[in-house]
Amino acid sequence: MVNGLPAVTALLPALLLAVTGLALLLVDTIRPDARSNTSMAVVGAVGSLAALAATVWLTASGGVSPDGGAVLLFADTVKVDTLALFFTAIFASVTALVLVAAHDYFHDHANPAAFYSLVTFAATGMALLAVANSLAVVFVALEMVSLPSYVLVAYLKQDRGSVEAGMKYFLVGALSSAVFLFGISLVYAATGSLILADIASASIDGLAGVLGVGVVMMIGGVAFKTASVPFHFWAPEAYEGAPAPVSAFLSSASKAAGFVVAFRVFTEAFPLEMAVSANVDWMLSFAVLAAVTMTLGNFAAAVQEEVKRMLAYSSIGHAGYALIGVAALTVDGPANGTVMGAAMAHLLVYGFMNTGAFLFVAMAERWGVGRTFADYAGLWRRAPVASVAMAVFMFSLAGLPPFAGFFSKYFLFQAAIDNGFLWLAGLGAINSVVSLYYYSRVVKALFLDDPESPSALDAIDVRPTALYAAVVFAAVATVLLLPGFGPVIETAEAAASALF
Amino acid sequence: MAAAFVGALTVFLAPDEWAGRLAFAISLIPFVGSLYLWSGFEAGGNALLGGEIAYATQIEWLEVGGRTVSWFVGLDGISLPLFVLTTFLVPLAILSAWTPVDTRQSQFYGLMLFMEANLLGVFAALDFFLWFVFWEAVLVPMYFLIGIWGGPRRKYAAIKFFVYTNAASLLMFIGFMSLVFALGDSVSSFALPEIAQAIAAGDLSAWFGIPADRIAMVAFLAMFLGFAVKVPIVPFHTWLPDAHVQAPTPASVLLAGVLLKMGTYALLRFNFTMLPEQASMLAVPIAAIAVISVIYGAMLALAQKDLKRIVAYSSVSSMGYVILGLIVFTEYGIGGATFQMVAHGLISGLMFMAVGVIYNATHTRMVGDMAGMADRMPVTVGILVAGAFGYMGLPLMAGFAGEFFIFVGSLSAPALPYAPVFTALAMFGIVIVAGYLLSAMQSTLFGPFELETDYDVGPAAFHDVAPLAVLLVAIIVLGVAPDIFFEMIRDAALPVVEGVTIDG
Repeated sequence: MVNGLPAVTALLPALLLAVTGLALLLVDTIRPDARSNTSMAVVGAVGSLAALAATVWLTASGGVSPDGGAVLLFADTVKVDTLALFFTAIFASVTALVLVAAHDYFHDHANPAAFYSLVTFAATGMALLAVANSLAVVFVALEMVSLPSYVLVAYLKQDRGSVEAGMKYFLVGALSSAVFLFGISLVYAATGSLILADIASASIDGLAGVLGVGVVMMIGGVAFKTASVPFHFWAPEAYEGAPAPVSAFLSSASKAAGFVVAFRVFTEAFPLEMAVSANVDWMLSFAVLAAVTMTLGNFAAAVQEEVKRMLAYSSIGHAGYALIGVAALTVDGPANGTVMGAAMAHLLVYGFMNTGAFLFVAMAERWGVGRTFADYAGLWRRAPVASVAMAVFMFSLAGLPPFAGFFSKYFLFQAAIDNGFLWLAGLGAINSVVSLYYYSRVVKALFLDDPESPSALDAIDVRPTALYAAVVFAAVATVLLLPGFGPVIETAEAAASALF
Repeated sequence: MAAAFVGALTVFLAPDEWAGRLAFAISLIPFVGSLYLWSGFEAGGNALLGGEIAYATQIEWLEVGGRTVSWFVGLDGISLPLFVLTTFLVPLAILSAWTPVDTRQSQFYGLMLFMEANLLGVFAALDFFLWFVFWEAVLVPMYFLIGIWGGPRRKYAAIKFFVYTNAASLLMFIGFMSLVFALGDSVSSFALPEIAQAIAAGDLSAWFGIPADRIAMVAFLAMFLGFAVKVPIVPFHTWLPDAHVQAPTPASVLLAGVLLKMGTYALLRFNFTMLPEQASMLAVPIAAIAVISVIYGAMLALAQKDLKRIVAYSSVSSMGYVILGLIVFTEYGIGGATFQMVAHGLISGLMFMAVGVIYNATHTRMVGDMAGMADRMPVTVGILVAGAFGYMGLPLMAGFAGEFFIFVGSLSAPALPYAPVFTALAMFGIVIVAGYLLSAMQSTLFGPFELETDYDVGPAAFHDVAPLAVLLVAIIVLGVAPDIFFEMIRDAALPVVEGVTIDG
């Protein structure tokens, strides 16, 4: 470990997030009035940025390196490596953006305090999920992410849509948690272990069928968390009904949390060779999931009339792209590490551009301009900076070359081709073309269309500074990730290659 | 080179100032910079074929699947003239925007400068990824320039422009990528010189069971179609009149002056330099398309009533000459085509600006509505007529030099069967051009002034006429002394020609 610090230092990011959550509760106890909004946002943002700084420091210092430098803690149930740190960086950045934006979104809310701590605790759960090395820890961490999320979706308790969405999310979530847990128990029954490495080395004579069912059920759990087909039904409802910052949080951070489970658990606990020999070909399942998910998500997004719903479906489509990271793996594939690394890099870029897009929607909700494409017409006249930022997000999500989204998608498809999955990459490219259609509708509405009535834009008289800051920061990050893509992709590839 | 370019880029991205004056001042910096580059220019040969690259800068950027992407820029005899053309046209286009653009000026000039930075990037980049980023980044500001400041049907035109060119880019991207995949491990980067030389060395191999020569042919066709939309040549030209007519004058100037050259420049760089064998196999159909573009574009122009549409369609015609020059694969053909790119950039820029000035004064562009403009706006009209003569290829003007080189090259082209026939047909295009331009001038400019308008039609402001005069001087200088560019162009064009004779 770095400079002889105790090994537990490796958990610093997760601990910082947890401490931030507790500190937020403390602030709320001291000042239980609405005015605590600002102090809560500041504490939350500082805490999550500190966690981000800790991940960068740990990655850069090399104490946790991909070549065997992983830190194992608590009887091997926790493993901190570059993969975990990479994902924690995504969680921490999205959390910081969401918390800053929430300051304006909840400015006149009676009691915003709980919101901040719930987001931070969910982020803690994600950080824990990233380091989990035992299925028991995976499950506990997953629930630690899920439970606050249910509450967050239903946070606007006066709003019927929000409550309904929370209810749906909760029911589907509880079901899929149960399925996931049952899958874990079957895996335990077959292998007699919960530690990932031990599962891989356990002898499974005669119990391959049990193991197979268990793996399939675990895939179901992952599919729920990443909003992939066939467990995607909750996503459009939940993202649409939830307060927009929560939608941003769920569709970026929570989704990435689902992927860290997929990336680590499946490659470590069920290595590719074993999976094929035991007829538990989870790569094939993921390939089908990826293909169906991206196609369904993109085509459903193309027919939406409301911007937030469109973003929700497009977020399903992006889950399909990221699934290529596990779908395009083969035994001894030459580009296994590259594929997964590219998927991780895409999730990082996606974390910024998607969060930013949802935060722009949050801003529109704050202004009360409406929800459909037509309502966004001419917003550019009153909010030029934010509209430019939104255009950056849209073009980047569509994968247009000047922006970071182009590179992350390109790397992903190229790696898939290198591994022999030409059809998957081709499908992804076709889907990207489809997505350009609906993303450019937003840009067209913002910049080219005239508002239906001159008074439609009068509502935009407030300048939500914090929201603006968050949106602009996300846009700058989306653009700057392009020149800075080298270190990102290298870190991601190194982290992913360590799994093979 | 790097300092001027990066410096220009940062200056461009930053300002969103309130007046066009600052934008104009800033745009002079890259112009002076490019003149400085020109004065110190010493490179030999073609950048892609082992020639010496002037001001080359290569910084490793990132790595994809074992191939490096780098910030690799540099200039050779083909890119420098276009580089200078861009920096020269932008300040003039900005000047010409002072009168017509009266809303959201800061954003307008910001986008213009942003586009200039990307255009320069297109001509300087020597790494495919870098090049592609710039190539696509040009679309975004143009989309907004047309969509926000354009004419009445601006939304339709902007979206049509965007969709057409984007689909074309995708096709081209796929084509190029299949080449890279087929090269396999024999290239270690996306640097264009390395790829071009690997192809020339015969390193293409089968990929996914498809034989190498078929991949090369498919890639050639995909890239050709992709660039053909950008050029544009018949039948992919339909986005152009819409985009041109709806675009505000300064955007039209850059669209015709520089954006169209991106297409021909890329054709020369990618299709004809990298895959000369495939090009010569398809020489007859391509030459036919070129001649059809010349004639058909001219005929369409003949049928137009809108001055701006006339100029727009004649661009289709002029670009046909460029394609013809490229396909014949002779020293004068390719050199003349490159020279014609510069010449057409200047002339069409002049024409669009002059039409814009007239439109600002009269608020009509219809040939039938106007007459006798010469009485009211003598200077503008004089320059417009001079520009039209340049378009027709009057000797001692840049257009003549370009077309003359092309015809000299294409008459004796060993790579193209029936070369004299194609040349003669294309030459006939000049007659049509002269015909419609003269008739349009006649009915618009001369005779008694009859336009019924509420506007006070009088001589244009100094800052409107000045860029026209500067352009005209440049056109004449290039026409009288084509050697100032042609020597270096020929230097860079020769290796391309030699590549063919060796292979074929």
